Amino acid sequence: MVEQLTFYLFALVAVVAALRVITARNPVHSVLFLVLTFFSMSGIFVLLGAEFLAAILIMVYMGAVAILFLFVVMMLDVDFTQLRKGAINHLPLGIAVGIVILVELAAVAMNLHLSGEVNPALVEQVPNTMAIGKILYTKYLFPFEIASIVLLVALVGAVVLTLRKPRPGLKRQVISEQLARTREQSVEMKKVASGEGA
Amino acid sequence: MTVNHYLVLSAILFTIGVFGIFLNRKNVIVILMSIELMLLSVNLNFVAFSHFLGNLTGQIFTFFVITVAAAEAAIGLAILVSFFRNRNTIDVEDIDTLKG
Repeated sequence: MVEQLTFYLFALVAVVAALRVITARNPVHSVLFLVLTFFSMSGIFVLLGAEFLAAILIMVYMGAVAILFLFVVMMLDVDFTQLRKGAINHLPLGIAVGIVILVELAAVAMNLHLSGEVNPALVEQVPNTMAIGKILYTKYLFPFEIASIVLLVALVGAVVLTLRKPRPGLKRQVISEQLARTREQSVEMKKVASGEGA
Repeated sequence: MTVNHYLVLSAILFTIGVFGIFLNRKNVIVILMSIELMLLSVNLNFVAFSHFLGNLTGQIFTFFVITVAAAEAAIGLAILVSFFRNRNTIDVEDIDTLKG
């Protein structure tokens, strides 16, 4: 009973927040509702016994991805009301496609009959995080390493994409010039008469 | 609670994601957020099946989906920022240089 109540609470919050993500006028609000969606989703993950993924969801999505979105939204000086113009023209097509997808997915979801409740023999005897660690570092070690390379490539790629070419007036460090400086260029001897110094 | 509850919730979230792409056709930022919503609903499917089949592989797969989604968001937003610097807009309809 409590489980059902919790599920419906989190599901309702997630769906309403997701709807606000796509309808909010201000993109900052969209990002904040996205955070709310992810938070309620991590609650549902906990209900499903996936505590590790719930924690990952909060850390990666709310801690990293949402902040990244927030930074980009605030950095770009875009007239967002201009971007919403003409959206109403696409509404009928969007609703039609949405209804078709929802009906199809719901038809599959409703007609699926797993054996009902969780097979008690398969419920993990160890905590979820430990079970994931045991399987991730043995059976899935190679994909795990590949995932780290994916992240590295994304990191380098993001830097390369946003790095700006030198513009006039930009002060940068040129190490060769620094090292080529001689004493004559940088030190100037001044004769200060005694008693007249500032 | 059966697996169907979770599947229907996931279907609703996926539909909201698709609908968001139609609704915000010009705004790349909201389109990227809609893609995140769709990935999230897929993750819910994986975790629900993992729970009800008693098999951890679904959770491992979700782990990798989250990794790729984070990389995608970083690259997508980086492309967006450099596009905005060049064209001073993020309207999708202006992104047609490759059409020739």
